Amino acid sequence: MPDATPTNGTPRIGFYVCHCGTNIAGTVDVKAVADYVATLNGVVVSREYKYMCSDPGQELIQQDIREQKLNRIVVASCSPLLHEHTFRHATEQGGLNPFFFQMVNIRENVSWVHTDQAAATQKAKDLTRAAIRRVFSHKALEPKRVPINAAVLVVGGGIAGIHAALTLANAGKHVYLVEREPTIGGHMAMFDKTFPTLDCAACILTPKMSAVKSHPNITLWTYSEVAGVDGYVGNYKVKVKRKPRYIKEDLCVGCMECVTACIYKDARFPDEFNVGLSKRKPVYIPFPQATPQVVLFDPETCLQLKKGKCKQTCIEACDRECIDFTQTEEFKDIEVGTIILATGFQPFDPAKTPYYGYGRYPNVYTALEVERLVNASGPTGGEVVLRDGSHPKAVGIIHCVGSRDEKTNRWCSRVCCMYSLKLAHLVKEHTGAEVYNFYIDMRTPGKGYEEFYDKLLKEGVHFIRGRVAEVTDWAMTPQEEGKLVVRVEDTLIGSVRRVPLDMVILAQGLEPRADAQDVRRMFNISCATEGFFLERHPKLAPVNTFTDGVFIAGACQGPRDIPDTVAQAGAAAAEALALIDAGHMELEPNTAYIREEDCSGCKSCVPLCPYKAISFLEDKKKAWINEALCKGCGTCVAACPSGSIVQNLFEDEQIFNEIDGLLSELAQV
Amino acid sequence: MQRDPAPPRPPASSPLVRQPADLRRNIKYESELDPTFSDRIATLAYGEKMFSCIQCGTCSGTCPVSHYMDFTPRRIIAMVREGFRQEVLNSVTIWLCASCYSCTCECPREIKITDVMYALKQEAMAQGMYPKRFPAPVLAREFFRGVEKTGRNSEGPLMVKFFLKTNPFGMLKNTMLAFRLWRTGRLSLREERMKRPGDIGTLLRAAKQPEGGR
Amino acid sequence: MRYQYFPGCSLKSSGRSYEESLLAVLRALEVPVEEIDDWNCCGATAYMAVDEVQAFALAARNLALAENAPGGANGKPAQILAPCAACYLVLLKTQRYLAEHADLKQKVTAGLQAIHLSYEGRVQVRHPLDVLVNDVGTDRIARRVTQPLKGMKVACYYGCQVVRPFAAFDTVHNPTTMDRLVTALGATPVDWPLKTRCCGGTLNGTIPEVGLRLNRILLNEAKRRKADAIVTVCPLCQFNLECYQGEMRRKFHDDLGLPVMYLTQMIGQAFGLSDTALGLQRMFVPPARVPAVQEGGKAAHA
Repeated sequence: MPDATPTNGTPRIGFYVCHCGTNIAGTVDVKAVADYVATLNGVVVSREYKYMCSDPGQELIQQDIREQKLNRIVVASCSPLLHEHTFRHATEQGGLNPFFFQMVNIRENVSWVHTDQAAATQKAKDLTRAAIRRVFSHKALEPKRVPINAAVLVVGGGIAGIHAALTLANAGKHVYLVEREPTIGGHMAMFDKTFPTLDCAACILTPKMSAVKSHPNITLWTYSEVAGVDGYVGNYKVKVKRKPRYIKEDLCVGCMECVTACIYKDARFPDEFNVGLSKRKPVYIPFPQATPQVVLFDPETCLQLKKGKCKQTCIEACDRECIDFTQTEEFKDIEVGTIILATGFQPFDPAKTPYYGYGRYPNVYTALEVERLVNASGPTGGEVVLRDGSHPKAVGIIHCVGSRDEKTNRWCSRVCCMYSLKLAHLVKEHTGAEVYNFYIDMRTPGKGYEEFYDKLLKEGVHFIRGRVAEVTDWAMTPQEEGKLVVRVEDTLIGSVRRVPLDMVILAQGLEPRADAQDVRRMFNISCATEGFFLERHPKLAPVNTFTDGVFIAGACQGPRDIPDTVAQAGAAAAEALALIDAGHMELEPNTAYIREEDCSGCKSCVPLCPYKAISFLEDKKKAWINEALCKGCGTCVAACPSGSIVQNLFEDEQIFNEIDGLLSELAQV
Repeated sequence: MQRDPAPPRPPASSPLVRQPADLRRNIKYESELDPTFSDRIATLAYGEKMFSCIQCGTCSGTCPVSHYMDFTPRRIIAMVREGFRQEVLNSVTIWLCASCYSCTCECPREIKITDVMYALKQEAMAQGMYPKRFPAPVLAREFFRGVEKTGRNSEGPLMVKFFLKTNPFGMLKNTMLAFRLWRTGRLSLREERMKRPGDIGTLLRAAKQPEGGR
Repeated sequence: MRYQYFPGCSLKSSGRSYEESLLAVLRALEVPVEEIDDWNCCGATAYMAVDEVQAFALAARNLALAENAPGGANGKPAQILAPCAACYLVLLKTQRYLAEHADLKQKVTAGLQAIHLSYEGRVQVRHPLDVLVNDVGTDRIARRVTQPLKGMKVACYYGCQVVRPFAAFDTVHNPTTMDRLVTALGATPVDWPLKTRCCGGTLNGTIPEVGLRLNRILLNEAKRRKADAIVTVCPLCQFNLECYQGEMRRKFHDDLGLPVMYLTQMIGQAFGLSDTALGLQRMFVPPARVPAVQEGGKAAHA
């Protein structure tokens, strides 16, 4: 929009100070401010009003622009985070470039933090004077519009990624779903029943998994990883590395003849899906309902791949000629407009809590191991047995392993109380053993969760409120011989107790994945202090990140149960859809740019940019800033030794004018 | 008519059992509590973290003598927080604590519980809140005085003084042990002394001086 | 650089054989030590029960003496060697708390100044187990062994204070330094879960019913795990576990009869040092001997 300056470069400034009810007016004498500002150079209109952000308030601005031929607007009210956009819009509606507007915060910065009314009023006057001086040097700016590519990349094929992908695909958008493991399904595929309904996890998950496989809008790349990301919102260029299965994926039907025919007659290598509780062969499929239903070869254990010599009975057995030992890793380049990260969590490693005896005493298990035991398609066919194959008569479940602890993870992992209740129920059902849950607090906040706790109470499970300090094999009585003993204070009853157990289950917490920092750097987002991906706002923007176009969903953002994970996945898909359907995005124009003629090509700015927005043009030997990536942080502007970088809305002249305005009438400088 | 046999009585030593005629009331009025107690103990024990206690009971679970205590370590922390000063300083717990530091090492909030116990011992000693012949504080007091005087601890003389002040007959019970220790050269009735024992008194007084003590 | 040896009050009376065997072993390994001149009692748990600032001041005098000892550390922090686990902990705690808490440091400094001493924090408090395993090394010790203790099974008892709460040289749960050292001597350490469970400390004197039971738990379990002896690094632990076995016999009518030796006595045996040099004649329960006859070595006793 052209600068509608009817007068030749003479400031005609309109000033408005807001009462904000009593929020501002209760401490700052707004009338005095308005009167004072009216005396300043260049001010044509100076008004006070009860609620500037309201429709009549905005109307006031527009009317004055037209009638008084104003060319700049200053509003003194609340934080720009709240209403800068509102007033810029009003300015624009009045016929001016929206960036001819400057806002002064006299609420969060003045009335809400000071009690001395006289001093507050003076401060409001000083800040406003500074803004008045500054605003005339504002230049007309146009927000940059970038188009949004309709394709979406979803990273991670657990329940979060699956749900987000399906939602987007059903909306007609093309989705690339990239999953690191050979199959989608994530941790949920490992569970037997899920709380609080005790539905079979596989029964509710596998239909979604097949829907993903057969959906025309989804390109499913399993056993693949994202290798690099370039670009900006709406225009991401992503490199995906596809690891070799040594199988032609579109030919294999998962008949598993190759597995039967493998030169290793017995399975010998730890099975990852069964958390090491059983063994697999070098050629395998992770679990019966794996999607895609395709086998793969493990290059670390397959004789042909490791040593180059094997009878290759697998090739003989395959009548579709799918096996191809010459496969190498393949790189695919794709272009997408938005990215959803749904990379999930990793379970806490109980090696970090040696006092619970994991690894030292054979019958101490992790919860994930017991999930596999209890599962009918698991290593023991659903039998809950000890390492020697016998059935336990007394089982203890220790809550909060690795969680709520300054020495390991500070946070509560949210799902462990519920899954410990679930395991208590399943173990009791499968074995009839006495089950003890040792807990600190019982956290059952979700829908149907308290009722689930009540169900467990009725089933005769022992609930002992006392955190376990140690699992030991030291026996004090004959009944404790040969058992694992837990000594706790039963805090509710008020007695120290010793409980002999056959089996101890550690309810391990959830933590960020080990490579979370590497992943977040690749996608240009942040991690919070505990290591989970950082959301833009914990309440109002839980699936957005500080990088436009990249969204997060599920346990990668924080420990989460399945209902909340699915809800977040849907939310992330909606955010992506909002961008895609808008077709384009407007970027704030307070970006930096380089005055080429002044740039000396020293490259000091290039590594400084936290957003990787600056690149060096070899042909011109000058630096160049990608406006779409620039967030206007100002680091390069301050650092440039030749002063050749300029930032819109924060040009030197503007800043110095503001400083002059501030200092010009202060009593002591 | 055959009467059902009376149910077996729980052991008399179980703290969960009270005599039927014992009608003590377990009720505490807010005005009876000491609201400054928790801050005082927290400062003494560098223990601001004490306020983060989630009452999980790990300390009690790991403490090797918690089952002898009238109030387990967890309960002591809760009572200190709320200002149950009388009960805490008169408890057996603080004197049963052998400073093994297990609780401090296991606490998920990293509360220095052993230091809290020391602070409570100090408060109880400073206010003389212990029975006259109660062994643990008497031993601490005599040890303290002995070292203040001579700079070193003389085990033999200390034991004699200790028994005389708590339980003279106890000395008789331990004659055999004392004899065997003397025979093997492990017991000395001599007073151990530094070259300049006066330094200790000066040192301790000067350290206590600056702000009149914590 | 000489280690500044802080014996502590116990090692001059009830723990005499600890000092005897420690100095003999260090001499055999050519580790230079000198006793801190005019050291004072560290205060143990008693001082901390009465007054905290005075307790730290008392212990700090020894830190100051060691820091300024003529033995000289050549600019490196002075190494205090404190064999008694309680002294070790008190000195280590004092050093750490003085470094962390400025107000405490101020008061203690005022105290030290009054007796013309200063303390800058340039000391390191070490336990003999730490020094033997980390400074001398199990290899050097193994090379010095002339009578490997083959066939001897020992329960390594660390007690509370060498690993808790600071875990300066070994882990809090399931420490292994002593086990490694004992292995280097040719013996077999027994795997048992009570390596660091409290022996009761001063409770044997103040509340004996409790103390005795704590002692008994340790002896019982060591015996159950088929240990020939318990090996310890604290004079109070040794005293509690060894000297009350007679009382236990009277009270519980069974005879655990387990020798409780200092680690340094065991090392000395493996080095072929004489019984008197190691103070073995001072033990209440006859010391453990190697079960089998060594070829060409000394005959074993029953």
